[in-house]
Amino acid sequence: MIERSLREIASSLAERRISSVELTRLYLDRIARHNPALNAFITIDEEASLAQARAADERLRRGDAGPLTGIPIAHKDIFCSEGWLTTCGSRMLANFVSPYDASVIARFRAAGAVLLGKTNMDEFAMGSSNETSFFGPVRNPWDLTRVPGGSSGGSAAAVAARLAPAATGTDTGGSIRQPAALCNLTGMKPTYGVVSRYGMIAFASSLDQGGPLARSAEDCAVMLSAMAGFDDRDSTSLDRPAEDFFRDLVSDRGSRPLSGLRIGLPAEFFDAGCDREIIELVDAAVADYRRLGAETVSISLPNMRLSVPAYYVIAPAEASSNLARFDGVRYGYRAAEYHDLIDMYRKTRAQGFGAEVKRRILIGTYVLSHGYYDAYYLQAQRIRRLIANDFAEAFRQCDVIAGPTSPTTAFRLGEKAADPVQMYLSDIYTIAVNLAGLPAVSIPCGFAAGLPAGLQLIGNYFTEARLLDVAHRYQMVTGWHLQHPRGFDSED
Amino acid sequence: MQQWEAVIGIETHAQLATQAKIFSGSPIAFGAEPNLQANAIDIALPGVLPVLNRAAVECAIRFGLAVGGKIAPRSVFARKNYFYPDLPKGYQISQYELPVVVGGSLLIPAGESDKEIRLTRAHLEEDAGKSLHEGAGQHFRGCSGIDLNRAGTPLLEIVSEPDMRSAIEAVAYAKALHALVRWIGICDGNMQEGSFRCDANVSVRPAGRQEFGTRREIKNLNSFRFLQQAIDYEIQWQIATLEDGGRIGQATVLFDPETGETRSMRSKEDAHDYRYFPDPDLLPLVIEESWIAEIRAQLPELPAAKRERLIADYGLPAYDAKVLTASLDIAKYFETAVTVAGAAHAKTCANWVMVDLAARLNREGREIGESPVSAQQLGSLIARIADGTLSTSLAREVFDALWTGQGASADEVIAARGLQQISDSTELEKLIDDVLSGSASLVAEFRSGKEKAFNALVGQTMKATRGKANPQRVSELLRRKLG
Repeated sequence: MIERSLREIASSLAERRISSVELTRLYLDRIARHNPALNAFITIDEEASLAQARAADERLRRGDAGPLTGIPIAHKDIFCSEGWLTTCGSRMLANFVSPYDASVIARFRAAGAVLLGKTNMDEFAMGSSNETSFFGPVRNPWDLTRVPGGSSGGSAAAVAARLAPAATGTDTGGSIRQPAALCNLTGMKPTYGVVSRYGMIAFASSLDQGGPLARSAEDCAVMLSAMAGFDDRDSTSLDRPAEDFFRDLVSDRGSRPLSGLRIGLPAEFFDAGCDREIIELVDAAVADYRRLGAETVSISLPNMRLSVPAYYVIAPAEASSNLARFDGVRYGYRAAEYHDLIDMYRKTRAQGFGAEVKRRILIGTYVLSHGYYDAYYLQAQRIRRLIANDFAEAFRQCDVIAGPTSPTTAFRLGEKAADPVQMYLSDIYTIAVNLAGLPAVSIPCGFAAGLPAGLQLIGNYFTEARLLDVAHRYQMVTGWHLQHPRGFDSED
Repeated sequence: MQQWEAVIGIETHAQLATQAKIFSGSPIAFGAEPNLQANAIDIALPGVLPVLNRAAVECAIRFGLAVGGKIAPRSVFARKNYFYPDLPKGYQISQYELPVVVGGSLLIPAGESDKEIRLTRAHLEEDAGKSLHEGAGQHFRGCSGIDLNRAGTPLLEIVSEPDMRSAIEAVAYAKALHALVRWIGICDGNMQEGSFRCDANVSVRPAGRQEFGTRREIKNLNSFRFLQQAIDYEIQWQIATLEDGGRIGQATVLFDPETGETRSMRSKEDAHDYRYFPDPDLLPLVIEESWIAEIRAQLPELPAAKRERLIADYGLPAYDAKVLTASLDIAKYFETAVTVAGAAHAKTCANWVMVDLAARLNREGREIGESPVSAQQLGSLIARIADGTLSTSLAREVFDALWTGQGASADEVIAARGLQQISDSTELEKLIDDVLSGSASLVAEFRSGKEKAFNALVGQTMKATRGKANPQRVSELLRRKLG
């Protein structure tokens, strides 16, 4: 059961071969057994999940079921969920029970999916290793001494260890794609504006985008069909017709299904900053794509080297403002003792936020300050435009851009925690995509020293369906994505 | 003796008369129980997002058109960052570099003629909540309360150029602006409830000098009287300080109505760095020409245009035209009454609206919109004066009856009370004969040349008809009979 695709699970449920309650219990049992080693979940509420499963079974009985009805889904703890603790990985919200549902959560609820639990994450999504969480680091199921990536590390570890059939994540600079790569999953960051941000606790508003973490492109298509869609509560949500992201995946196009597809290979993605083994795996995947009918072209993204510095101005700037609401006045953590208002603010924020969050608030405050705004913030916005132009230029020559998702495989816990710049560089291939607002997917493409590596495919705006199809065609002829870590096997 | 000149600019926060808040959809009725008009967005729960209320934008466009400003085809919402307990997000959404309205001007009366006050800009923003400190109510002993009902209320901040030269001009500007925002229906103008509040930037300079002096900003003046007092005090204080050899430091000051003085709240050194940047949660506000055209078409005739038309169409004196255009409600009332009474009787209508109606409203503390006598009723009443049915004093009686709800129309009251003026000669002659025969001494006095006695005889006749006689006819008939 735990290796079945979402579509297969849906048919099992529809055909009453298994009930949602049985399925939910199966995953809750697996979580109870394996989560202590992984720390992938922050909140589990068995009763609440089973109540949803019973309601789903009722719907299934009535024949009123959609593709996700009755399927347990784990959600990153950044999505506000009514009646659930929603912590964003922070002490600041360690006591915050959300009184409302994020739009993404509401969509899954309406689809009849079961909320299986809230997954661990880097505090306020700030991190690439899941080590900044107030609730402790998450461990990579492929090697418990290593990180799962971040910030959606809990979601990635949970799906990789088969503690959930699929999960949601958010991606501000690579937070879906990098953990997907490090945990051998398929993870997609959609075009900015495709998935509503309402109720998704903001880190950097102009970059944040929700998306799925799943075991295949096919499952991502099912998840994204549920998540995507216009939301009038999010002014940056794009008013486009609803899309069936699964539609391209089912057509039979013979042995060379990607004939005519032009894959762009940017020189900047294959440089010395990337591990050799990963480059080799990516090269091999590109060769597989040629066999599927695709042609490759060399392209250049000359301003990509500026993406990390620009990102570490823009994202902290927005974060410094977005996190101002966590002041101890209305909800969340408040220092136990203080002698006046300013002291309350100071102690609440000093005690409620972790070191990485504070570092970014300080950077953001600095770059927005009078006298520095033009030199940092405006300059970074100009770079952002240059990067978007680079991609626009590249997409004149190709349909999809391919390269590594992450320059390394999963690193050891603590290995980069002391050096923020090293940590920031682990997102070097993913950040530019957020700055440009483009969709991208990371898919498993092999193993280096027993650890998974990811291939990143970047598409032009609104080409999610195309990207998922390109990923799916690869997964039809390869088996990397079917590999799963040992020690979490079924019903053993 | 050194001559000084004051330089004043005004920033006004006008609360927009929309149904809902500017970014959250919560209602904005005044006076609700604390925090009952604050939803998830107003209290800034994690994850919530703002969505712009187009009705607020419409108000800004109306204003821009009314002052002849430029409506920006693209303006940008920015975050103004600072910490305060009644600012739930830790930033206020405002407009900074690109406001929705640029330029425009307002005419204020200045001596014989009008003076033009230029506007710099007008921009949309949200209001903060309110902090209720200890002592403000019985609830807060040893702590402060936060009421977020006001948080997110739409405001239009209107910034003038430093074109005013005295407190009187500043007040004239504030009054003209106050009348205009009410006229075009974007603000209820209720100063006590804080719907219209002014900050004044004041500096002084030696007369004849071009450069401005250092300004101090007086915050939150919520009455015209305080505005005048505060500016007058501030000007005198600045002059005195400079004449004593002191210097003015840039500062924000508060006016204390108790002492009539201003005192410094913070100097330039401790001014906030608000770290403005474009709000990434909101798209740039794009206003199409067609939307502007639509709003332009709905805009009422503006006060200045209406004033001129009242003078041209009805031959009203300039003073009357000014009083009748003090608010759109007054102007509408007057014009409706004239339509019913007939344009030839416009001056009579003007008198009634400005004197009788105004006095009665004033006495009962009502607005013209709440007048128990409608414009149609007053118009028909005036028509009955014009056609000779009613004398002025009878008309007052009818007016009173209409005011107290004793009749649906002037004609109904007239009929019910038999108040028609007696103009019929036979009837009047009979009455006069009776009066004359009963007032021999007065008749004698008159004949001996005492004109006063004649008036007394008119009075007797009027009294006998309980005021219904047409006084002009009465005197004609009396003269004939006595002559």
